[in-house]
Amino acid sequence: MADEKPKEKPREMRAEVTVPYEMAVGSNWHRFFEGLKEEKILGTKCRKCNRIFVPPRSFCPRCFDDNEEWVEVGQEGRIETWCYSNLMFPGQTLKPPFVPVQVVLDGTDMGFQHRIAGFDLSDFEKVRALVKFGGRVRAVWNKEKKGTIFDIDYFELVT
Amino acid sequence: MRKMAIAQFAQSAGVESKENLMDFTYRISKEVLDKAGLKRSEVGCVVIASSDIFHSGLSCANAIDWDGAGAFMVEGTRAEDSMFAFIYACMRIMSGHFDTVLVTSIVKGSENPENDTLTGFFADPFYMRPLGINETTAAAMQMREYMQRCNITEEQCAKVVVKNLGNALFNPYAHVRKRVTVDDVLNSDVVSDPLKALECAPKSEGVASILLAAEDKAKKLTDKPVWVKGFGTSMDHFNLGDRDLLNGQLKIAAGRAYKMAGIRNPKKEIDVAEICEPYAFQELLWCEKLGLCGDGEGGKLIDSGVTQMHGASPVNPSGGVLAMNPYVSRGLYRLIESAMQISGSAGGHQVDKKVKTALAHGTHGFAGQCHSLVILEG
Repeated sequence: MADEKPKEKPREMRAEVTVPYEMAVGSNWHRFFEGLKEEKILGTKCRKCNRIFVPPRSFCPRCFDDNEEWVEVGQEGRIETWCYSNLMFPGQTLKPPFVPVQVVLDGTDMGFQHRIAGFDLSDFEKVRALVKFGGRVRAVWNKEKKGTIFDIDYFELVT
Repeated sequence: MRKMAIAQFAQSAGVESKENLMDFTYRISKEVLDKAGLKRSEVGCVVIASSDIFHSGLSCANAIDWDGAGAFMVEGTRAEDSMFAFIYACMRIMSGHFDTVLVTSIVKGSENPENDTLTGFFADPFYMRPLGINETTAAAMQMREYMQRCNITEEQCAKVVVKNLGNALFNPYAHVRKRVTVDDVLNSDVVSDPLKALECAPKSEGVASILLAAEDKAKKLTDKPVWVKGFGTSMDHFNLGDRDLLNGQLKIAAGRAYKMAGIRNPKKEIDVAEICEPYAFQELLWCEKLGLCGDGEGGKLIDSGVTQMHGASPVNPSGGVLAMNPYVSRGLYRLIESAMQISGSAGGHQVDKKVKTALAHGTHGFAGQCHSLVILEG
């Protein structure tokens, strides 16, 4: 009979979506990553508003003009803000706990995102006692360079 | 209705760009603004067409699209199809809220997997997707029905490919540019019988950008404004089983556009048509539904030669989507070609006749689920 109830509960279907892409990095990111291999952090400068972008941008999104001037920026900077991340979920690239940070590198005009590490991160209270809003940090280079953002291994606290 | 016109436009060529999506987008958007002598801050608003998740592997447009299109901190919106994006832009001018709108469409086909890896995701996950229904299998079933019910031959469908790829030889922006014969088409690999490989559109790179402006503004931004006279859209049911595949929504969309543009006899009044034909036979079917020939006469239409570049009613002088298929962007490519034909700037692929009125058509979804068209006039 059509009005008979099904014996089972309606099921759920497990689905996973995997789609392969080959994304062009482009000349701008390429030059930045090549710089990292040489332990240099490169930025670009807008000739109109004079802001220094790091990571570099090939154009200024505000002035909408080409950024043609490349500059090497400082490897130390000021912590603009930070957080403490301790949840794991599918797609998460770093193993928790980790400390995302936004650093204003010396000689630049915007926050550069990376992570703070180099000491025991397992206890949040201990981390909070050391990581200070406005505190100084310095890039620590990975010995093995792959031309990715992890050529900078992490930022360490400058004490 | 507030009068508005295409003031400037730019398009990328179909060849693979080594630049990333954002920089690729920036170059074309910037080119349009430079041609118009307009600063980014002087643009009223920005509309973007992108299908981020599957056509660029991103789940949010912000990270790539907005900055490249000049939309940083500018009022904007987006559509997944560029003809619809253009129509949104028209509405934004008609509302009186803005005098200029930049419409940019973004697809970098070289980065994507095969078209049907992506179109398979249009299908519902429980029933159609496991059965292998995607845009090509849907089109192949539509083609067989068309051949059976309207006595269309495989040769007639193949002639569309010969015409369009031949036209593309003269279009430097096209992706596939080669002279082929009917036999080449019929002997190309069978993709999903009766569809052959050469009858299916490629996977192309394509950023296109159009600056739309209200009348007074348009006259300041260009010497040759191309006026928007009307537009129409319509959408069918997604379930192929609950549709007449040969009589979908195109007639309704066309009726809306023709009424708005005051067109009574499209066959006579449309000087050139740019039609979205991801599969060769669809050009014939869409021509019927657009009223460029009678119902069931698509085969006769191609046989007559009138739709050739130098015929009486040229269709797809650009080479169409068979020659250049940046999925989401293809609507803007149809509009840009139409605008070029009207302004007489199409160069080697300029049609012989004087073009006053042009039709640009877009479609996406299985077997022409969604249709849109825009009527332009010089």
